[in-house]
Amino acid sequence: MSPIAMLIAFMTIVIKEITRFTRIWQQTLVPPAISTLLYFVIFGNLIGPRIGQMDGFDYMDFLVPGLILMSVITASYQNVVSSFFGAKWGKSIEELLVSPTPNLIILLAYICGGVARGVLVGLIVTSVSLLFTDLSIFNGWVLASVVVLTAILFSLGGFINAVFAKTFDDVSIVPTFVLLPLTYLGGVFYSINLLGDFWQQVSKANPILYMINAFRYGFLGITDVSVFFSYGMIIAFIMVFFAISLYLLSHSRGLRA
Amino acid sequence: MTYALKTTSLSKTYGNQIQALKGVDLNVAEGDFFALLGPNGAGKSTVIGILTSLVLKTAGQVEIFGVNIDRNFQKAKSFIGVVPQEFNFNIFETPLQIICNQAGYYGIDRRTALQRSEKYLRLLGLWEKRNDIAGHLSGGMKRRLMIARALIHEPRLLILDEPTAGVDIEIRRSMWDFLKNINAAGTTIILTTHYLEEAEHLCRNIGIINHGTLVENTSMRALLRQLNLETYVLDLETELEELPVPLNSIARLVDRSTLEVDIKRGETLNDVYDALSAASIHVTSMRNKANRLEQLFVDLTRNPGEASS
Ligand SMILES: Nc1ncnc2c1ncn2[C@@H]1O[C@H](COP(=O)(O)OP(=O)(O)OP(=O)(O)O)[C@@H](O)[C@H]1O
Ligand SMILES: [Mg+2]
Repeated sequence: MSPIAMLIAFMTIVIKEITRFTRIWQQTLVPPAISTLLYFVIFGNLIGPRIGQMDGFDYMDFLVPGLILMSVITASYQNVVSSFFGAKWGKSIEELLVSPTPNLIILLAYICGGVARGVLVGLIVTSVSLLFTDLSIFNGWVLASVVVLTAILFSLGGFINAVFAKTFDDVSIVPTFVLLPLTYLGGVFYSINLLGDFWQQVSKANPILYMINAFRYGFLGITDVSVFFSYGMIIAFIMVFFAISLYLLSHSRGLRA
Repeated sequence: MTYALKTTSLSKTYGNQIQALKGVDLNVAEGDFFALLGPNGAGKSTVIGILTSLVLKTAGQVEIFGVNIDRNFQKAKSFIGVVPQEFNFNIFETPLQIICNQAGYYGIDRRTALQRSEKYLRLLGLWEKRNDIAGHLSGGMKRRLMIARALIHEPRLLILDEPTAGVDIEIRRSMWDFLKNINAAGTTIILTTHYLEEAEHLCRNIGIINHGTLVENTSMRALLRQLNLETYVLDLETELEELPVPLNSIARLVDRSTLEVDIKRGETLNDVYDALSAASIHVTSMRNKANRLEQLFVDLTRNPGEASS
């Protein structure tokens, strides 16, 4: 395929992906807005004032970055896992697999779709949060890069999940039993400084902690862990997941018998 | 000469240890109209799966227009258009979306894709349905949609896995004409089918595969020449208790009003009729006992050890 042809194939998949999640916006864009609205009302408005300050900030301000990133994680993961598994389940993935579109392009395009939904949902949730607090931005570059990198990573995660999944149940197991606990325990709601030494160390084994802290750093300028280390870790995970995904695309028995 | 398809010792063992292909050597000339025949489970779809990368081969070589799939599968794939045995499009999309997206996967720009979509959807009688939900099309329409999709990048080799399954007689005939035209215009076609009259009508060369082995690879004509015995069924005007002795060597009485006669190659029916007339037996109608090609097919794909009837 010529570079132009590859670009056409790439854009075809990306547009198809974006069209898919915007067509079913009631299932993809509205729920995160509603659930974060509830989080803000309950934890920020009702309980937050009783909590007082967290790491020197109003609880509401502390909470917002974690909730935004949590919705980005869920949205990008969900987009790729449901779209790719759906295509596999309905066999329409064969349209792509029999074509000369290189695996690399297929993977990049699905990531792009996941990032698009992740970023869009992130913006929606951010707008909702503006109803409750004035967001100040400490470093916009950090915010943008952490959101995009995190969305890439979880798009890849969703992709790998979709390749292995055999039933629709397999698609919800990882989000429910892995992603949700890791996110909740990754410091969305609290600073790990509140924990004892032992649990602090345990928490530091959780990769999502680093993403949330780096993202919060972009807003507030505070973090429980090193921001550079966070970047290094996210990028390392992306490289590993990317390699696994590419391998699966050409070798997985879930795609090619 | 370049072959559209050349496989050498092609083998496939699936994960469940089923040996679907056991060293298949298949040659399909450029421009050919080739039938790949074989009973259920013979391995036809497995061959097609390997050509289109949906099945990973265990051993052997595949060349498509001289391009080895191990060296440049991307290029080899760009030559092929495939109509799979099972529906594999997104049932929530419309025919136009499905076809235009497929064009995109082959790197065809949107304008060209739209022009060609109209051309092929019209040719296959689906233009009026272009904006319907694909899941709501009838079975025959879905098959034609997959044919249009396979043609959108104007492939040099069109592979159809049972394209006329579940298609009504009239549309089947028009599909035949359509495929003949495409072949006449230069596209090599490989088709699998369980309708032997279809293969006889369309194809110049055939391969018969059985239990993962190619048992026959020849021209349709040569195959038909192998038919050296035909059985005719004759309906009699009046019932017979038993066959007059002189007829015993040439005919069998199936029931009181039905006779069967075997005619070897080179013999004529006249001798039979003369003998019947001499015995004052009158025939009201006559037909072939079975589709002779079907009988040959059954013989060729009979399991070893099974007695021949
Ligand atoms: N994905 C798979 N995994 C395991 N075994 C398979 C798979 N696909 C096919 N087989 C087995 O391989 C053999 C050949 O199957 P194949 O689909 O190639 O036959 P076919 O000639 O196309 O038959 P049909 O006329 O019924 O379509 C069969 O025994 C089948 O059960
Ligand atoms: Mg088959």
